Amino acid sequence: MAGMTGRASLLRGLLLAAVLGTGSAGWTQQAQRPGGENAVPRVERVDSIEARVQGCATCHGWQGQGTADPYFPRIAGKPAGYLFNQLRAFHDGARRYAPMNYLLAYMTDDYLREMADWFAAQRPAYQAPTPPTVAPELLQRGRTLVQAGDPGRQLPACMACHGRNLTGMEPGIPGLVGLRPNYINAQLTRWRSGERRASAPDCMHRIAIRLEDPDIVAVAAWLGSLPAPSSQEPERRNTGRMPMACGSQP
Amino acid sequence: MSSDALREEIAERRGAGRKRTLLLGIGLPLLLAIGLGWVLWKEQPWQQLAPATAAAGGGSGIIARGEYLARAGDCIACHTARGGRENAGGLPMPTPFGALYTPNITPDDETGIGRWTADEFYRMMHTGIGKDGKLLYPAMPFQAYTKVTREDSDAIYAYFMSLPPVRQPNRPHELRFPYNNRELLVGWRALFFKQGEYQPDPAQGAEWNRGAYLVDGLTHCAMCHSAINMLGGSSESQAFAGGLIPNQYWYAPSLTSNREAGLGEWSIQEIVDILGKGTSARGSVYGPMAEVTFHSLQYLTEEDLRAMAVYLKGLPPRGERRPESKAQLVAPAVMELGRRVYVAQCAMCHGDQGEGRSPGFPPLANNQSIEMESPVNAVRMVLNGGYAPATRGNPRPYGMPPFAHILNDEEVAAVTTYIRVAWGNGGLPVSPAQANELRAVRIE
Repeated sequence: MAGMTGRASLLRGLLLAAVLGTGSAGWTQQAQRPGGENAVPRVERVDSIEARVQGCATCHGWQGQGTADPYFPRIAGKPAGYLFNQLRAFHDGARRYAPMNYLLAYMTDDYLREMADWFAAQRPAYQAPTPPTVAPELLQRGRTLVQAGDPGRQLPACMACHGRNLTGMEPGIPGLVGLRPNYINAQLTRWRSGERRASAPDCMHRIAIRLEDPDIVAVAAWLGSLPAPSSQEPERRNTGRMPMACGSQP
Repeated sequence: MSSDALREEIAERRGAGRKRTLLLGIGLPLLLAIGLGWVLWKEQPWQQLAPATAAAGGGSGIIARGEYLARAGDCIACHTARGGRENAGGLPMPTPFGALYTPNITPDDETGIGRWTADEFYRMMHTGIGKDGKLLYPAMPFQAYTKVTREDSDAIYAYFMSLPPVRQPNRPHELRFPYNNRELLVGWRALFFKQGEYQPDPAQGAEWNRGAYLVDGLTHCAMCHSAINMLGGSSESQAFAGGLIPNQYWYAPSLTSNREAGLGEWSIQEIVDILGKGTSARGSVYGPMAEVTFHSLQYLTEEDLRAMAVYLKGLPPRGERRPESKAQLVAPAVMELGRRVYVAQCAMCHGDQGEGRSPGFPPLANNQSIEMESPVNAVRMVLNGGYAPATRGNPRPYGMPPFAHILNDEEVAAVTTYIRVAWGNGGLPVSPAQANELRAVRIE
């Protein structure tokens, strides 16, 4: 019993570190961590939308494919409706992350939609998966939650909404494959605390409050370890298959 | 410490405390009395304010004009919390003296300005005194709004009265002692506030006078572009001389010096572009100026922007030379590191020689905003990047990515130093310590 508590508090500590490390108090100085080749802006034609979104390149990759940095998410190929909702939320402060809030403060919906459409249409190769660093039984727990959920705790499978390939569902549900454990950890924690919100009914919040700390670490580790799927395409809209109603998926 | 020495020190401290109490007890009322006398002499409140005009009654043309003028005054930027209802207030304004919260200016009877009369609104704009008779904190730019005519004030009043009321109680300010004492504002006003509508300069044309009326009045440019002193005021002799915006850590460049944002060398069209679109052939606006363009200046007519440009272009003295390059001050190793970073991260957009790439990527060579004495803005752009505002004239702006997570302090300092001295630029070198300090600044 004492062992369990110890492990739980260690996990809590790790989670906390993940959240604090990505907090919104501005940038923190880190040991040199070049973002790799993908983090370098690329400009072919200046008067183009590609050139206009190179402001995103150093964190999300010049094509939205992600960078060597383990926190910033891949955004390429996520459904346009999801990307637009996030850009909009960063713009008006409903989603808090100071560097993004700052960059998007003075934007119009039309332009945010154009940016979202462009990233949604990209199909760059996935980054290498993150080798799991958690115990095998925890990884297994992650796999079970992602594929089957936990009906006893009213936890639907991630795949039920995020797609069988975990590449998301049109128009509002993001792909999860290709994301790093750090990012998934931090986001699930924020969904659970209510800091990250979606339109009512906020199904992701309802799911996240049923997650224990080890569930979050397990799901993040499993998702991060997945190899690239055969197809990058998000699933077509299919609300009939979804286990609950979500405000962000009309 | 021996017990005697300790006793002595305690006694000394008590003495100092008594002295302080004495100073507060006599000094403060004395100061207040002097301040009050000064204000009465200067402001002459017994004088009648200008009477109401027909505009106060509203009417469709007048409401539209009021909306236009309210845009020029950028009321919405401060009186709207992020993600909150427009003009319902609640935006925190951090100041060196504590946080102020902007009030609700929708016409709600209980929580807004629904019960204000046009006279009370004009008195507030013109004298900085609220409906309740209390002195306003100068975060409200009444030093500038005092120049607004009664007719324009009435139109703005009619516009606000036409808005849907929003019920949202005002949040009390959180100012530290003694700044939470509004009576102290008497002294501040004596030093820094000069009441009076704009008086046209007969030696200048109508366009110049219109520009001066807008720049010195509603658009309140001097609020940021004049240095703020320790008392939170700015003196007339320092008007438009530039300064660091307190608590925001952006440098508002001098408009009177061609070495900074002085517009003496700019064409009128370039000034019109940067004010109205947020971008021009010489560069774009970021940070607080992006906010001003986004919420306010993009809505102004071409004629008004041109008038402002004419007035602004006339501010700096003619013939001021650009500074010489200080490249010889930079250690060769720093210069080389800066050049390497520039080639790897910057040149693909800004060009090998800092020439920029039209239309999206501004030139860095011969760019005043990079050469300015204060390196704050250049370092912040390297650290945090930035998007120019999306405006009617530039609806799809370009953006610079952040490099805070890619470059360490030495690299940030070296590359900023490099662009400040390369290609004949006349800026001064930047130290890694300066880069580190700005890295810690909270970005909003």
